[in-house]
Amino acid sequence: MTERIIAAFVPLVDCAVLVAAREQGFAAAAGLDLVLVKEPSWASLRDHLCLGHVDCAHALAPLPVALTLGVGQVQVDCVAPFVLGRGGNAVTVSRRLFAEMQAKAPAASFTNPAESGRALAGVVRERAQPLTLAMVFPFSNHNFDLRYWLAAAGVHPDREVRLVAIPPPLMVESLRAGHVDGFCVGEPWNSLAVAHGLGHIVATQSQLFPRAVEKVLALRAAFAERSERIAKLLQALDAAAAWADEPANHATLASYLSRPAYLGLSQEIIAAALGGRVRLGAGTAVHDPDFLFFHRHAANAPREADGLWAYAQMSRWGQLAPSSAAERAAAKVFAPNLYRQSVQHGAAPAAPLPAFDRIEFSSDVRAYLAQFEAHTPFANARSF
Amino acid sequence: MTQRSLRILIIDENAVRAAILEEGLRLANDGEDGGTPEIHHIRDTANLLARISAIDPDVILIDLENPSRDTLEQMFQVSRLARRPVAMFVDKSDSATVQAAIDAGVSAYVVDGLRKERVRSVLDVSISRFHAFDRLQCELQQAKSALEDRKIVEQAKAILMQQRGCSEDDAYVLLRRTAMNQNRKIAELARSLVAAAALLRPGADHD
Repeated sequence: MTERIIAAFVPLVDCAVLVAAREQGFAAAAGLDLVLVKEPSWASLRDHLCLGHVDCAHALAPLPVALTLGVGQVQVDCVAPFVLGRGGNAVTVSRRLFAEMQAKAPAASFTNPAESGRALAGVVRERAQPLTLAMVFPFSNHNFDLRYWLAAAGVHPDREVRLVAIPPPLMVESLRAGHVDGFCVGEPWNSLAVAHGLGHIVATQSQLFPRAVEKVLALRAAFAERSERIAKLLQALDAAAAWADEPANHATLASYLSRPAYLGLSQEIIAAALGGRVRLGAGTAVHDPDFLFFHRHAANAPREADGLWAYAQMSRWGQLAPSSAAERAAAKVFAPNLYRQSVQHGAAPAAPLPAFDRIEFSSDVRAYLAQFEAHTPFANARSF
Repeated sequence: MTQRSLRILIIDENAVRAAILEEGLRLANDGEDGGTPEIHHIRDTANLLARISAIDPDVILIDLENPSRDTLEQMFQVSRLARRPVAMFVDKSDSATVQAAIDAGVSAYVVDGLRKERVRSVLDVSISRFHAFDRLQCELQQAKSALEDRKIVEQAKAILMQQRGCSEDDAYVLLRRTAMNQNRKIAELARSLVAAAALLRPGADHD
């Protein structure tokens, strides 16, 4: 008997594992009818997940943590038993801002995020009007990556620039219209901005936080108790992830993703992102095999530390009041047990890699955060 | 404390839906304790935060599918708005209303401290007005497709009359009988007939 599972997704290249599970038949082989529902915004995806209109979602890694902690809009216990993708985000700036950065730092290498950050800091210091930079959602790695990169260059993300949230499909238009000076978003939206001659990529997530968790499968904790269905789903996703990671399958995968039901965008741009061939703008390009990946390096195995990392960023930027109870709850969101029980021969979690500034994450969140100069206290963020 | 009238902000690009909603909210809330509600409508999302701050609404109503919701929520997260609006489902005690709202495609952000009954009455009206708008859309769509069906049946009849040299009535009877025999709709059969005729026309491959 076929069981139906409904999953919500936002049109991004890293919804690939879900799409492959459905289109390449891995879900059907596991006895599942996997139905994929496209969402216009992360808020909408969250609502449908919280209210049980969908069984699970392609979620920003910090989202199930924020939901579990009740930070932001609503409190719903969630688990993330499977990592759907690592990497894939990038920071793109408008061509005008890129020219200003070049003028400020003529010798800078813009494939080195520390140098491009310093160039941006030079521009920020001399501007009368603050720059407007976009990310996708308050509880997203895009927000945290951008903030971390800015802060490492000495730019305070809450005081020296203006951060706004824009859903991924509207990013490129916002840059074209001049509403934003730059953004941090997932693929293919950076490459699309470059292809349209609107922007230049100055940092990738794979440079900032190598092999970082980007999207997870998020479920309400109540749904996760139906462990047989979850096991089938995770097995199907594991097979799909292995298939999606294989370069020989990228053309087929890109053709699925380019369909209007998913991204509705050029297959070439999607295939380039899958292969890590990233055009940065102005004729420059990098080839980074780990730019975005789905299965290798134990990609699918969640770690408790990933939930703690999100908690640490929320805490650093005043999105929550730090507490040991919240910390414990955050550590439970990424559920390695559920993955281990469901996926036989599943990979053991890999050791995390240090960030581009050589700082390693530590589960001692307080000590980890003490290393950084820039913070936004919770009270300040909420002082009306 | 004198209670000021309820301030409702509608964010909707669709002027017709906004007007339907606004009318409903005025009618339903007129004469309630706070008096006639003050209703504002923002169509585009340019300079959103400044405009919201100026209006200082108690309730913000926005289409669930509106992609600007992410922008809105981020603003609430970091803003220094005097009163921070939160999504309606924060209060889990009224999940039936919330479900109905989501089903209707309404999402609402409500400031803290607003009485539950008031939120409820605003939501109930929004739900029924969103449904009314959908019905209107649906009827419009039906009228449109009825018109298209009629056109295609006319074309099919003309083809039959020309090919078989029969009268218009006979052509219609033939269409209807064939449709019944094949358990199809007349318009559907007519559509295939017109398509087939186009294929058989000389030079059709250049279409």
